[in-house]
Amino acid sequence: MSTTAPESQRLKIVIVGHVDHGKSTLIGRLFYDTNSLPDGKVEAIQKACEAEGMEFEYAFLLDALLEEQEQNITIDTTQIQFRTAQRNYVIIDAPGHKEFLKNMITGAASADAAILLIDAHEGVQEQSRRHGYLLSLLGVKQVIVAVNKMDLIEFNEEKFHALQKEYTAFLKPLGVTPSHFIPISAKHGHNITKASAQLAWYKGPSILDALESFSLPPSQDNLPLRFLVQDVYRFDERRIIAGRIEAGKLKVGDELVFWPDRKRSKVKSIEAWSAKEPVTSVTAGQSVAITLTEQIFAERGQIASHADNGPVEDREVTARIFWLHDEPLRHYGNYTLKLGTQSVEAHLVTINNVIDSSTLTTSKEPSGLVAKNEVAEVVLRTRKPIAFDNRDVVTETGRFVLMQGSRIGGGGIIHGAEYNAKTPDIIKSENIYWSEGEVTREDRITHFNHRGAVIWLTGLSGSGKSTLAKALETTLFVRGIGAYVLDGDNLRHGIASDLGFSAADRTENIRRAAHAARLLADAGLVVITALISPFAEDRNKAREIITEADIPFAEVYVNTPLEVCEQRDPKQLYAKARAGEIKGFTGIDAPYEPPVKSELELPTDKLTKEECLARLLHVAQEISSADYPDKEEEKSPGASI
Amino acid sequence: MTHLDKLESQSIYIFREAYHSFKNLAMPWSMGKDSNVLIWLAKKAFCGKIPFPVLHIDTTYEFPEMLEYRDWATKHYDLNLIVKINEEARARGVGYETHDPVTVTHELKTVALQQVMAQYKWDALVTGIRRDEDSTRAKERYFSPRTADFEWDYKDQPPEFWNQFTTAVKPGEHVRVQPLLDWTEIDIWYYIQREQIPIPQMYYARPGQNGKMYRYRSLGCWPITKTVESNATTIEAIIEELKTTRTSERAGRAQDHHERNAMQKLRAKGFM
Repeated sequence: MSTTAPESQRLKIVIVGHVDHGKSTLIGRLFYDTNSLPDGKVEAIQKACEAEGMEFEYAFLLDALLEEQEQNITIDTTQIQFRTAQRNYVIIDAPGHKEFLKNMITGAASADAAILLIDAHEGVQEQSRRHGYLLSLLGVKQVIVAVNKMDLIEFNEEKFHALQKEYTAFLKPLGVTPSHFIPISAKHGHNITKASAQLAWYKGPSILDALESFSLPPSQDNLPLRFLVQDVYRFDERRIIAGRIEAGKLKVGDELVFWPDRKRSKVKSIEAWSAKEPVTSVTAGQSVAITLTEQIFAERGQIASHADNGPVEDREVTARIFWLHDEPLRHYGNYTLKLGTQSVEAHLVTINNVIDSSTLTTSKEPSGLVAKNEVAEVVLRTRKPIAFDNRDVVTETGRFVLMQGSRIGGGGIIHGAEYNAKTPDIIKSENIYWSEGEVTREDRITHFNHRGAVIWLTGLSGSGKSTLAKALETTLFVRGIGAYVLDGDNLRHGIASDLGFSAADRTENIRRAAHAARLLADAGLVVITALISPFAEDRNKAREIITEADIPFAEVYVNTPLEVCEQRDPKQLYAKARAGEIKGFTGIDAPYEPPVKSELELPTDKLTKEECLARLLHVAQEISSADYPDKEEEKSPGASI
Repeated sequence: MTHLDKLESQSIYIFREAYHSFKNLAMPWSMGKDSNVLIWLAKKAFCGKIPFPVLHIDTTYEFPEMLEYRDWATKHYDLNLIVKINEEARARGVGYETHDPVTVTHELKTVALQQVMAQYKWDALVTGIRRDEDSTRAKERYFSPRTADFEWDYKDQPPEFWNQFTTAVKPGEHVRVQPLLDWTEIDIWYYIQREQIPIPQMYYARPGQNGKMYRYRSLGCWPITKTVESNATTIEAIIEELKTTRTSERAGRAQDHHERNAMQKLRAKGFM
């Protein structure tokens, strides 16, 4: 027993392989041979075995549950520690039974290295392959393959090499290159901590020596900063942002960008209860609490980065996913996606290459399902933008889970797709300021005798938005109110001519329209937008952009049933969409999310055009009135305390 | 980051996830060393304010020194303390004088907890268990669900990886949140030493009647908690002792050893 310093690190090793290939036995033996068991433990188990007429097994040191002892099978993953002169180890015993793959993943997901066990007598089995594949998916790079029960094949060198050849060929395409192939007998202690006379032909290291040669996980300090916000606390006058630095470094005075909202602020302080001296900088791995110089809207789920080297922000994620739940993953299903502290609703839009994780065969017939223990390439579309990284850039923000009910259904690794850097709200030059003109808002209100405002019409194509918008524009204008229609089609001729109709492009289109409306309203006009704007999140964002500038905003839901719109079909678009000539058409093969709380709803199939117009005019006059209050009552941000 | 920094950071992360996920949670507190490390980590996680109640299940077999410590620490840390005794079982005469330790532990700890849970309807409990204490605890999750009957379904635990946890339960169920799972006994002592965390004096060796020195390595109810022979009168000495010890930490806790698989049975029924 050594005197390892407390500061020495722990290497986490997972032991995987097919059921009954000797994982628990290897660990029991490793503990026994390194003198890591408490006094009397072996004797006590020997005695218990004698009493029950069972042969003593080292596996009993580990299988804690009665069911495990009786059935001689590991059900759930166990973590135990031992130490050598060099360092501490956490040994993770992972179940080898197919039924308990979720427990194997639970154990293996946090491992720095792995020992994959193969029974020399039985050879490569289903779980030997599946576990090898999952190690490659989980990104475990340091791997030992131990060929166990060599005593059962008379320590035969040729058989060992044949196995080594077979399994190496299997692992190679997966990108797994074992650092060692070691012939062992866990039961009899050959090559566990010391060389074996029966295996004299083997010149490599023992299991323990091979473990000692592995390296600790590399520091994440030099990666781009990723500070994951867990919560915002307001226990006292301080507003504290709590979270963990998953990569990079952060110090007082740094300017941070909070994704996906891309608000900016500077770090005012790093809070540390009981610290003897003020903390001024923190690094990857630390759970921290900070305050900001400006009170921006910060909330759980955001990722803070420095101004350069931010994460990807998108509404579409391409990933390789493994599924663990009995209920299969379904094409077009809706799932909660959790990435770091973000949690968003996601729609599974594409499933490709469903692979059986044992045979690595791709299923020929697309079934639209990913069953338990299968792996697939998928595309997920999220309801609102999320921030993430490619796994190869930052591991922690490059992977996520999908929930099946209240349980984790499977895990996804973000890999293999290109994402465009999207930083439109970040002003790219440091030297651009918002120019305040000499003509104030009050001057304009006095001059025009009304204020600028935005009436945001949303509804299906053909619902009557443009018609109503134009009628309102005329009505206001003849009453002396400066009004202007911002029509979706017109925007797409210029400001948004580079955009298509994908979810991401629609989001961008709305963002540009909102900014254009904001500028026109700031100039004193009543802006009436006529855009389908199908996503609630995008409309909320538009509301935020406009109200942020203290400009009154009213969302109007032009609620016309789809059948009516389709019947009208002024531009023959529904006909084309039905014929499959247009893809992603709202209401046909793309969703429309009706407003839940709009300022006004106009059921055009129940009201006449004149009735609709009267109601619209009422709202427009109210919010553009010179007497309309300057600011909305300050909304309390939805922070948790 | 040192090894202790990593453990501390992960525990704080777990605390914050728990507080975000469960608005109605409580933290059982035994005043033992692990429990006090837990209090310390909670203070760090929430910048000095523990935003949920701390619960002491008083079995009525508490060492008087522990109760003194409890009252001191409650003030010192500004804790919102709830004390619970299973009065009904005590009135029935359940006690170590007449019953076996597994029964008494179940009645005065687990049933008491059930009673107080029924009253406050907590949806999560933060506990100080560690994997290295016991072989069934070695199989635990950071977030471990319990049924309405307090049962631990150890045969079908939910997956838990990449810091994603079980944070939703059905009404009546609750989650055990276990921030110290990765810590070992010696880590706890190194951390107490580094942070200078106050602990009850009973952990330090004191002379027994025969002139030899004894200390408590693990603290529970006085009738079933035994001392170990030890000369360790300082934290440094305790750490030195643990480096070479070959006996297990809970050897002095009778309820664990009453029968084969006693801990599994106790824990499956809701014991920590």
